[in-house]
Amino acid sequence: MEYEVVIGCEVHVELKTKTKIFCSCPTDFGGEPNTHVCPVCLGLPGTLPVLNKKVLEYAIKAGLAMNCEIAHFSKFDRKNYFYPDLTKAYQISQFDLPICKNGYIDIETSEGKKKIGITRIHMEEDAGKLVHQGATITTSAGSLADYNRAGVPLIEIVSEPDMRSAEDVLAFLTNLKAIIEYTGVSDARMEQGSLRCDVNLSLRPAGQKEFGTRAEIKNLNSFRAVERVIKYEIDRQTDILESGGKVVQETRTWDDGKGMTFSLRSKEDSDEYRYFPDPDLTPIIVTDAYIEELRASLPELPQVKRARMIEEDGLPEYDAGVITASKALADFYDGVRAHYDDAKKISNWIMVELLAKVNAEGMELEAVKIQPEQMAALLKLVDSGDISGKIAKKVFAEMFATGKDPADIIKEQGLVQISDEDALKEMVSHVVEANPKSVEDYKAGKTKAMGFLVGQIMKQSRGQANPAVINKLLAEKLDSM
Amino acid sequence: MNKIVIDDMFLTTDMPTTAGSKMLEGYTSLFEAEVLTRLKAADYVIAGKTKVGEFGADLLGETCYFGAEYEGETLQYPAAAAVKSGDAKAAVVMDVNGAPRRGAAQNGLVSLKPTYGRVSRYGTIPVACSGETVGVIANNAADCRDVFTAMAGYDSKDGTSLPESMTEQGKAAVTKKNKVVVLSSMLKGTDEAVQGRIAAVTDQFTKNGIEVVVADADVVAYAGAAWNILMSAELCNNVSRYDGVKYGYRTKNYTNIDELYTNSRTEAFGEFLKSAILFGSETLSTENYKKVYDKALRVRRVIRDNMAALLADCDALLMPAASALAYSRTLVEGDKYLPYKENFFTAPASITGLPAVIAGGVQLVGNAFSEDLLLDLAELV
Repeated sequence: MEYEVVIGCEVHVELKTKTKIFCSCPTDFGGEPNTHVCPVCLGLPGTLPVLNKKVLEYAIKAGLAMNCEIAHFSKFDRKNYFYPDLTKAYQISQFDLPICKNGYIDIETSEGKKKIGITRIHMEEDAGKLVHQGATITTSAGSLADYNRAGVPLIEIVSEPDMRSAEDVLAFLTNLKAIIEYTGVSDARMEQGSLRCDVNLSLRPAGQKEFGTRAEIKNLNSFRAVERVIKYEIDRQTDILESGGKVVQETRTWDDGKGMTFSLRSKEDSDEYRYFPDPDLTPIIVTDAYIEELRASLPELPQVKRARMIEEDGLPEYDAGVITASKALADFYDGVRAHYDDAKKISNWIMVELLAKVNAEGMELEAVKIQPEQMAALLKLVDSGDISGKIAKKVFAEMFATGKDPADIIKEQGLVQISDEDALKEMVSHVVEANPKSVEDYKAGKTKAMGFLVGQIMKQSRGQANPAVINKLLAEKLDSM
Repeated sequence: MNKIVIDDMFLTTDMPTTAGSKMLEGYTSLFEAEVLTRLKAADYVIAGKTKVGEFGADLLGETCYFGAEYEGETLQYPAAAAVKSGDAKAAVVMDVNGAPRRGAAQNGLVSLKPTYGRVSRYGTIPVACSGETVGVIANNAADCRDVFTAMAGYDSKDGTSLPESMTEQGKAAVTKKNKVVVLSSMLKGTDEAVQGRIAAVTDQFTKNGIEVVVADADVVAYAGAAWNILMSAELCNNVSRYDGVKYGYRTKNYTNIDELYTNSRTEAFGEFLKSAILFGSETLSTENYKKVYDKALRVRRVIRDNMAALLADCDALLMPAASALAYSRTLVEGDKYLPYKENFFTAPASITGLPAVIAGGVQLVGNAFSEDLLLDLAELV
C-alpha cells in the first residue's frame, strides 16, 4: 500500500540571555559542573522564582519572527515528574496559555513553496544534566548530576503536523534556525544542544484523512540525525503496517551509532504531568505597545533578506538561499557588499572558497578570521589586475588562516602580479628561445603549442605574470618571427 | 527585650529547619528567611524555634515528627504556648492552613495573618504557596503591629511580593466605616464557647459605637472545600522535591532510582502528609483537573468577589476561627480529617489572601491592606 508520511516537530531553543530564567546565575555553556548554580536554580526549599524579563522579550521576538499571535495574558504552570536532573521535581513551563500561538514558517523544497504552521511557542526552564557512569544507561553503576543547565531559559516551538518528507523537515529546521539566529535570541547550535529537535512521525494510507498513530523521537542533535531518523522511522512503521501490525504510540530514542530508534516509554505511562498554575509567578500581562516595540526592533529576517538579494543584487535564488540560511554568512555578505559592488563575485567567493574552507575545517562561521572589508579589498585587487585570480586564491587561503590584510600578504610573499610589459618581454623572449620545437609547431599551425609556451612563462614568473599581457606579448613575438 | 520565637518553617543558617518532618531532620539551610533578616535588623532577638505539624499543614502541630504538644489533654500550638507562657514577646508563624490562628484563638491571644504579598515568603518552607502567609502571634495588638511593621515590605526575591506603590495605594483606599458584619453561615458547627465569644465581641464592638449586623453569605462557606483542594494540590507538588536525592532523608534500602524515591518518602513522611499528597495528586490528574482543581480555582474567584462585596461597606467580617476553643486528645487522634474540617473557618482568609486578625477568640477578616484597621478593632476586644 502507498503511505503518506505526516511529521510534526517540537524544537527546544536555549535563549541567549546572560542570566537564567528565574535567578541571576550565568547561562554560559560549559564550566565546571555545579559552578553556575544558586539556591534558586537548585530548587532548595524556601527559594522563589522571579522571572527574567529578557526571557519574555526573547520569546515574543521569536514568536513575532514566526508570524505568531502574542498572548496578552499568559501564565506559567508546574509540570510534575520525578527525575534526578529536575531539581524541584517539577519544571516551570507553560501549559494551556502559551506566550505565542498560531504562526507559520515559509519553506521551499523541490515540491515548491508552502507554509508550516507553528501551533505554539512557550517559555520554560531547562533541566540539569546527568552524567552516567559506565558505557550505557542500562549498565551504569551510578550517575552524577550537573545542574549548571538547570534554569537556563528555553522556548519550545511546536509545529503543526504539516510536513510530509525529510526534505520538508530539513527545510523547516533550516529556516527556523536562521530565523532564531537573525532575531538574536539564541545561537541555535545543535551540536552544543542550544537547539534540540523532537520528531513526531506517523503514516497513513495515501488519501486517508485521519492521522495514523505516531511515534515521538526525542532529542535529536544534528540535521543529519533528523534526516536519518525520518528515513529509519518511515521504514520501521511501513514494515509494521505492511505486516498487519499496529504502530504503538510511544516515545523513542535515536541511537546514532546503531542508526536505529528504540522505545523509551509508552505514551500512556508518561502523560500524567499534573500541570497546574504556578502560584509563585504572577500572570504575564503583555501590552500592545510592548509587542509593537519588539516588532519594530526585529532585524531583517531571512526571507526578506533573501528576496532583497535576488531582486536588488541580482543573485541567483540558490545563492541567496545558501547565504541567508546562516546569519553569519548573510552578515559577511552584507559586510563585503558595503565595500564592493559585484554581488555575484562576492557570492561566488563565499559559496566556493569560503564555505569549502569552513566545511573542511569543520568550524563555526562565527570563527572565520577574515573581515568583510578585507574580503572586499581582495576582490578589488583582482579587479585592478594587481593579482590574478589564481594568486587571489592563495592570498585568500592565507587570509583565512591568519586574518591578515590581503595587501600585507601580497607584499610579504611577493605575490604582486607582473603586468609590466618590459619585464615580461624578457621572459617571453627567454622562453621562446629555449623552446624552438614549440615555436616550430606553432608556426606549423599547432595552436596548442601557444598554451604550452604561456604555461612555461607563468611557471618562470611563479604564477605572478598577468596572463592577459603574456598572451598579447607572446602573440606579437611569435608573429614577428 | 524584643525576644521572639519562630515557627520551624523559617530557614535559618545557625540551626536546622525541619518543618516538623523526619524528611528534613537535621537540614540546615544555606540562606536565611528574608523576614528573619528584617527582624534582626529591627533588633528582635530570635530565642528559638517552635515545633510545627509536618509541613505546617495540620490542626495545631499534632503531626510533628518530633512530638505533639498537649497541655493536659488539650492540644496546644507550640508558638502560641511560648507567647502565652511569657517565653517570648511574640511568635513569628507560618500560616499554611490556619494553625496559628486556631492556636491564638484558643489561648485568647492576638494574631495577624497579613494580606497575601505584604510579607516576603522568601526562605519559608513552601507548602500552599497561593495562600500561605507569614503571620504573628502576640499578647496584644500593639506587639503584633510592631512585629508586622518590622517584617512587611517589598522583597525583590519574592515574585508575589507587593511593590510599595501598590501597598500605599491599597492602604489609602481603606476607609473606616465603623461597621462589622457577622457571617451567620460561618457559625455552623461551632460549640457554645465559640458562640459565646462571638456574642461577647459583638457586645464589645457595640459598646464602642461600632455597628454590628448579621448577614448570610453561603458562598463563603464553600471556601473550606475549595481551599482543601488547592492546598492539597500545592502541598503535594511542593513536597515532591524531597526525593532523597540531594538533601533530606535518604533511605538505606534501595537498588535503583525509583526505590530511592519511593522508600525515602515512604519512610520519612507521616500519615497525614501522605494522605494530603495522595488527595492533592488526584485533584491534578487529567481525569479530575477540570472537575476538581479548576473548579476550585473558579470557586476561589467567586468567593473573592463575594467577600469583596461584603467588605465594601464594613470594616471586617466577624467569624469564628475554629469550631471549638480546645481540642481534646481523643478528638484529635480519633478524627484524621479534623484539619480539613476546621479549615472551614480559616480558609476564607487563606483562599482570598485577605488579612485576618484573631482577638478575643474570634476572627476578623478585613479588606486587603486593612491590617491597621483590624488591629485597631482587636484593641477594643
